[in-house]
Amino acid sequence: MAQFRPPTEQASLPPGGRESGWGWFGPNLRMILFTLRRLLGFAVTLLVAALVIFWLLDLLPGDPAQFILGINATPESVARLRGQMGLDAPAHERFIGWVLGMLQGDFGTSYTQRAPVAELIWGRLGVTLPLSIFAMVISMAVGLPLGILAARRRGKALDTIIMVTAQTGVAMPNFWFGMLLTLLFAVTLRWLPPGGFTPWDEDGGAAFRGLILPSLALALPQASILARVMRTALVDVTGQDYIRTARAKGLTMGEAVWRHGVRNALLPVLTILGLQFAYLVAGTIIVENVFYLPGLGRLIYTAISERDLILVRGATIILIVTVTATMLLTDIAYALVDPRLRERSIP
Amino acid sequence: MRRLLSHPSLVIGLAATVIFLVIGLLSLVWTPYPIEQIDIGRRFLEPSAQHWLGTDNLGRDLASLVMSGIWTSFLVATVAVAIGVGVGVPLGLAAAAWGGAVEWLVLRLTDFVFAFPAVIVAILITTLIGPGAVNAIVAIGIFNIPVFARVARGGALSIATLDFVAAGRLAGLGNAMIAYRHLLPNVMSLIIVQGTTQMSLGILAEAGLSYIGLGTQPPATSLGLMLDEAQGVFLIHPWLTLVPGLSIVLIVIAINIAGDGLRDAIDPRLRQGNPNVLA
Amino acid sequence: MNKTLKAFGLALALTTALAGMAMAQPTELRIGVALEPPVLDPTAGAAEAIDIVVYQNVFEGLTRIDQTGAVQPGLAESWTISEDGLTYTFKLHDGVTFHDGSTFDAEDVKFSFERILAEDSANAHPEFYEPITSITVIDPLTIEFKLDRQIGRFLFDLGRGDAVIVAPESADNNANEPIGTGPFAFVQWDKGSRVVLEAYGPYWGEPVHLTKASYVFIGDTATMTNALLAGDIDGTNNFATDALAVFEGNPQFNVLVGTTEGETILSTNNKKPPFDNLKVRQAMAHALDRQAIIDGTTNGYGVAIGAPFAPHNPYYVDLTATYPHDIEAAKALLAEAGFPDGFSATLKLPPVAYARTSGQIIASQFAEVGIKLELINVEWAQWLEDVYTNKDFDLSIVSHVEPFDIGNYANPDYYFGYDNPEFQALIEKLNGTTDEAARKELAIEAQTILARDAVNGYLFELAQTGVWNAKLSGMWQNSPIEGLVLRDIAWTE
Repeated sequence: MAQFRPPTEQASLPPGGRESGWGWFGPNLRMILFTLRRLLGFAVTLLVAALVIFWLLDLLPGDPAQFILGINATPESVARLRGQMGLDAPAHERFIGWVLGMLQGDFGTSYTQRAPVAELIWGRLGVTLPLSIFAMVISMAVGLPLGILAARRRGKALDTIIMVTAQTGVAMPNFWFGMLLTLLFAVTLRWLPPGGFTPWDEDGGAAFRGLILPSLALALPQASILARVMRTALVDVTGQDYIRTARAKGLTMGEAVWRHGVRNALLPVLTILGLQFAYLVAGTIIVENVFYLPGLGRLIYTAISERDLILVRGATIILIVTVTATMLLTDIAYALVDPRLRERSIP
Repeated sequence: MRRLLSHPSLVIGLAATVIFLVIGLLSLVWTPYPIEQIDIGRRFLEPSAQHWLGTDNLGRDLASLVMSGIWTSFLVATVAVAIGVGVGVPLGLAAAAWGGAVEWLVLRLTDFVFAFPAVIVAILITTLIGPGAVNAIVAIGIFNIPVFARVARGGALSIATLDFVAAGRLAGLGNAMIAYRHLLPNVMSLIIVQGTTQMSLGILAEAGLSYIGLGTQPPATSLGLMLDEAQGVFLIHPWLTLVPGLSIVLIVIAINIAGDGLRDAIDPRLRQGNPNVLA
Repeated sequence: MNKTLKAFGLALALTTALAGMAMAQPTELRIGVALEPPVLDPTAGAAEAIDIVVYQNVFEGLTRIDQTGAVQPGLAESWTISEDGLTYTFKLHDGVTFHDGSTFDAEDVKFSFERILAEDSANAHPEFYEPITSITVIDPLTIEFKLDRQIGRFLFDLGRGDAVIVAPESADNNANEPIGTGPFAFVQWDKGSRVVLEAYGPYWGEPVHLTKASYVFIGDTATMTNALLAGDIDGTNNFATDALAVFEGNPQFNVLVGTTEGETILSTNNKKPPFDNLKVRQAMAHALDRQAIIDGTTNGYGVAIGAPFAPHNPYYVDLTATYPHDIEAAKALLAEAGFPDGFSATLKLPPVAYARTSGQIIASQFAEVGIKLELINVEWAQWLEDVYTNKDFDLSIVSHVEPFDIGNYANPDYYFGYDNPEFQALIEKLNGTTDEAARKELAIEAQTILARDAVNGYLFELAQTGVWNAKLSGMWQNSPIEGLVLRDIAWTE
């Protein structure tokens, strides 16, 4: 599905920026303060997230014990199981126990699968992480060169073709694109498996091939966005002073754009990449469903419907940590590169 | 107005969007057949004069379903944008006008919402209040809030230091009045452009949610739900998948083109980024 | 992680070389199943998905149910039943070992049943075995059960997945590492993806044909279709009927249509007005067009039923004509019941295709007689709580898949709330009767009462629609009990 991301801070900067009057050590101190404040925000976000998840899941209708025992189970056996699962303790006790456990790396034991939650999550990350990374790599390998190409041929037929393709790529629901890919590559040509996943340690080749189509499905909209952003950023920098300077020094336009433009245009692109990665890790659930991959998203999806609350809580926290940490790192990295950013009040 | 219409992409995109919107609106008062009318004897019919786009697995008229699905897409995305604007813009403006703790809180709130995986929130909402179009609207709307909050704050910051704002302050206007009188009108264009983006994202999101069974529920329909229902028979009746799929693509393209045109027309400087279009 | 990285590097190198090389060994089998079991211990959970993987493959009971639903000797090679029908003495097979190498004997049997009957039992169906009053180990290969009353189906109940024999040493770990006595031993479980079984060399019974069997979990019809077509799986025991046309007439596949024990019904809350009114229930029965429901929901593969009883059962009687599809009659009955303009009700649908689809069709059929249904889709957990436990529903659609579950109608607290003393007495009598002819007569009478009273809307018997590689043989066509038995499956040339 589509996701919803903030415009990056850099888009909201006042044009120009201000010089810091703090001397040589000012920027460093500011950077440290900035990082500390961000870290504090990170911790607060996580704590609030843990509270909200715990509370939301406690509200869900449906009894985990009844679910496990199913239709025809006697009320007595259900009550017994509830007791065994520790569901009768008061909410605050269970919350504190849960958070303390997680701080020590103990995420508890899944109700339905009766295995440690941490182990289950770790197993699923072996699918979700490579899938997100492949999708990132593909979208960069396709999107960035196309964006550069389009910018170089601005206004020409090639530019139009690339931009129309990108426009279509952005508009295509990734699950639908996945279905079309499967029809072509798995059913008709039989080059790649249509779904399912072989574990890495059993047959790495099969595992890799199983992730190709899903990564492509995920990468299409991302590549289209990257191509558009890259093109816009390049077109923009070509009007800047340093390009003119470079041209005055005798570089051709192409050389000037390549040496100076691309590097500068990479800034907005990098910011987006950070956000895209966070999104990919959290957002693969629909594609995991289409291709029947045992990823983190599908784990949570199944666990919610089976009322495996402890598993849902653990897995969601892991997702939130991943997303928040990526955003934190992106912000810090960006602030390192662009001092203007830590200037104004972004705590 | 003439200035707006001189942008060809705006005209084309807007025209296409309006056509789809009219089709969707029409479904409220008229469809070739009622969409809840099931006729097992007429399932899987080819397109014909009677059924322009054929019939689906329950013998429902596909053209009627698509019309109704288009309406669902617009409705869900529009209301979700309205939620985002209604809550997000005041938050963003407040952050810019007050600064300090207010700003910190607003930013942490947006961080927090972004960090929450959208699909999981949608699943939770579904399990709490049951699946349905409303669920999709709420889930998508929640994630629109921080987008608009950040856009509003960003836009407002860039003018907050300008003379006329300072003049307003000198004239004794409070933060709320500053935000309303001076900041809001100046971020309006940003909001509108962002609105088109969130609109097309919302349509894709609704399709995704309905596709995994969390959005619109029968007997109502949406383009994503149609894809879900048709995908089991994809190999036998690919047509049933192509029609709603292509409809989604075309609508989103139309809105995006209109949005791009609008951006160029309103403020050429804005072409600069729009780095928030990630999906 | 390091392993992963290495494997990944290897993967890059091998990708092209490996493409298209995944040929099945002629003794290995990959089966696609829709649902992944939460655990693999059939004695501690009710999910059918558990039995699909382990029943009769990894675990065995004293008796086993065969393809026709008949009781066959399992771990017990023979048994005697006392005159009064209250004492069962079982002679156990010699030389049986568990997959961890330990020996199976009467103590394991005693342990298994005491575990089912224990206070803190996690078994989903202790009530089947609750009549057992004592279990006595006579010698390592002989065991005696005493019951407090006659149970006509006791030997069948011993053959259920709920009563398989486990070992005291391994029982607690069976959820994730099942150890049984069956022809296949558990190898590994890749959560979210598949379970792998391997033939157990020292198996006591007839050797099986397969050396390895993997259950691949694919919940989505389109993905399952693609996996079958691409040869990623060799078959599935129950394929969505919608897309069955893809495989019919394809010589590479064998479409096996058989029966299940799943009576799909429009569950009706008999205690809640207006459904407590017989005329209303009769009107609803008249309003149902079973053929359209079967065609639309199962592509014509279901068998219409007029009572909650499986058509392939020898006791079955066809009662579909009790209230034939007749809109006028339905309207007349509604008017008599005081609803000339119909009424509104809710229909809660669990997350299975047959329920969601037939729900829409029934809503459209009921609309014709003036009954307006609001469809409410719920998940299983919520269905169990709302409909099954709290009886907070008007109508629902669900398939009752337990074999011979007509006895539920004699339980006035069961979720559809049917309280008929006449019927309860009849079932009591049926349970205590062992004579076949008499049992059949009573069963027919029971079905007739349920049909006449229109307790629920009886829709159709779910078909089992397997799709298998044409070179495979030995699959069960019918499903008289929950499970997917690998015993006889073999590759043929």
